[in-house]
Amino acid sequence: MSAPRSMRTPLGRVRNLGSSHSGTTDFWRQRLTAVAMTLLIIPVIVIILMLIGRNQAGAAQILGSLPIAIILVLFIVASTWHMRIGMQIVIEDYVHNEKIKLASVMANNFFCIAVALASIYAILKLSSGV
Amino acid sequence: MTARIERPLSPHLQTYRVTLTMALSIIHRATGIALYFGTLLFAWWLIAAASGPGAYANVQAFTGSIIGKLIVFGYTWSLLHHLCSGIRYFFWDLGYGFKANEREALTWGALIAGISLTVLVWIIAYTVGGGR
Repeated sequence: MSAPRSMRTPLGRVRNLGSSHSGTTDFWRQRLTAVAMTLLIIPVIVIILMLIGRNQAGAAQILGSLPIAIILVLFIVASTWHMRIGMQIVIEDYVHNEKIKLASVMANNFFCIAVALASIYAILKLSSGV
Repeated sequence: MTARIERPLSPHLQTYRVTLTMALSIIHRATGIALYFGTLLFAWWLIAAASGPGAYANVQAFTGSIIGKLIVFGYTWSLLHHLCSGIRYFFWDLGYGFKANEREALTWGALIAGISLTVLVWIIAYTVGGGR
C-alpha cells in the first residue's frame, strides 16, 4: 500500500461524498411490488380463468369492465416494476463489461416500460370500447 | 490512490455441494427470468383482445397448440412457483425460519405448493373451458 495523498480518513471521505442514501430503494420496491402481487394474484388468476374458452367479443367485454381493468393495471405496474429490478440484479451479477452492462440495463428498462405501457394501453382501449 | 489489490474471490457454484435451498434459489432466479420474457405472451394476448377478433384468434390458435400449451403450462408453474418461493423470502426478510429444519420445511413447502397450485389451476381451467 502506498502512502495516501490526502490527510482525510476514508470515513471522512465517505461522509462527504459517499452514500446517497438510496442503497435500499430497489430492495424496498422489490418487496413492495412482491407484496402487491401476492395480494393481486388470486383475482388475476380468477380473471384469466373467466376468459378461457371465450371469443374476442366475450373477452373484450370482461376485460373492459372497470374493476377487472383496474386489477389488471395494478398487476401490470407491480409486475413490470418487479421484473425490471430483478433483471437489473441478474445483469449486474453476470455482466462484467461496463459498456455491455450499461447497454443491458438500458435495454432492460426499455423492455419493461414498453411491456407495461403496451399492456396498459390495450386495457384502456378495451375499457373505452373503441 | 492505491493500486488495485488482487483480492481473493469467493468460489463459484461448482465448488459447493448442491443443497435444496441452493437449488431453489437458482430456480427462483430462473423462473423470474422465464416470467420476464413470458410477459410478452401476456402483453400479446391483451393487445390482441384490444385489436379485434382476427388477432385474438391468432393468440388462441397459438395457446391451443401443443407448443403453446406447454409454454402456458410452464408459465403457470413459473408464476406460482416464483410466488410460493417468494413468500418464503418474506419469512426470511422478517427474520423467521432460519433454523435448519425450518428453512428446509419452508423450501419443500414452496416447491410442493407451487406444483400443487399449478395442477389445481389447470384442472379448473379444463373444467371451466376445456383448455384454451
